[in-house]
Amino acid sequence: MATEAEALTNDWGGGVHPYRVGHRKLGMWLFIMSDSLTFSALLIAYAYVRASNVWPTPFKFYPSIVFSSVMTLVLLSSSLTMVFAVSASAKRQLAAARKWIIATAVLGATFIVLHAIEWKHLIDEGLTPFALPHEWAEKWPGATPLFGATFFGITGMHMFHVFTGCIYLLVVAARVKKASHEDVEISGLYWHFVDLVWMFVFPMIYLLSIGI
Amino acid sequence: MSAHTESHDEHFAGSNKLFISIWIWLLVLTGIEVFFGYIHLPVIYMLVILMGASIIKAALIVAYFMHLRFERLPLVLTIVPAVVVCICLLLVFFPDSFRSRDLRTAPPPTAPPTGQPSH
Repeated sequence: MATEAEALTNDWGGGVHPYRVGHRKLGMWLFIMSDSLTFSALLIAYAYVRASNVWPTPFKFYPSIVFSSVMTLVLLSSSLTMVFAVSASAKRQLAAARKWIIATAVLGATFIVLHAIEWKHLIDEGLTPFALPHEWAEKWPGATPLFGATFFGITGMHMFHVFTGCIYLLVVAARVKKASHEDVEISGLYWHFVDLVWMFVFPMIYLLSIGI
Repeated sequence: MSAHTESHDEHFAGSNKLFISIWIWLLVLTGIEVFFGYIHLPVIYMLVILMGASIIKAALIVAYFMHLRFERLPLVLTIVPAVVVCICLLLVFFPDSFRSRDLRTAPPPTAPPTGQPSH
């Protein structure tokens, strides 16, 4: 019969703490599992309608691809600042942790502003959730009007996650002295997940719809 | 083989240098994706390249930024396979998508089927 200490050194032993994470961190992982299925379902539904229809490929280098690439850079950088925040929090350097968390939230807000500008370009062209701009409808005869629905639906859902993430991070930054290290780490898990989702949204929505 | 393995709760594995190098890899892969966006390959190759790069990026984020590589194996085995299997199961809908595409692109029937009275 293995002792608990032996069980913990052996991954198959399990022991009484098979996961060695707190209940809150496990809860965040379970939430991330369910949310990743939500986004997968949205992206698969998008791929389904795209594969069965004439699909417009309207994105120009400027503004759409430039904006979305810069947004990717901003989001990846915000993940790096979040890692620095968690690393500072692990060393109990709380002032530094707070500074990095706020930097992450600022980068998140930058992402939202850039995305809003990018949305506005398309809305000004005449794209709505259930109709294509006239110019697109002429260029791609018979194209499905669902382009707008999938575009605004998926990027809007992602933007909502970034928005809630910014609020979450600001709350954690404000409470960083009361919060445990694990609380900071959990907010980091959520933020990295939002980044991860964008790694699929960016190529599927933007890069596969570049106008030739 | 002692109990000290359990006393690592506040320990955060991985150096800042490691995380910066992961960030650079993610940027490089993003650059490659944008580059391929402008090379006019058949859509199937584009999908394989873009999804391949995205899966690598996702794996880097989950393993290093989300720290899963440094967690206990049972946690990894609880989280990852279930999500991957569920996502793959969503792909069962695609034959129907291709069927609707083929219906749209198929030429219209030229003669009514035999044995049916024509109006």
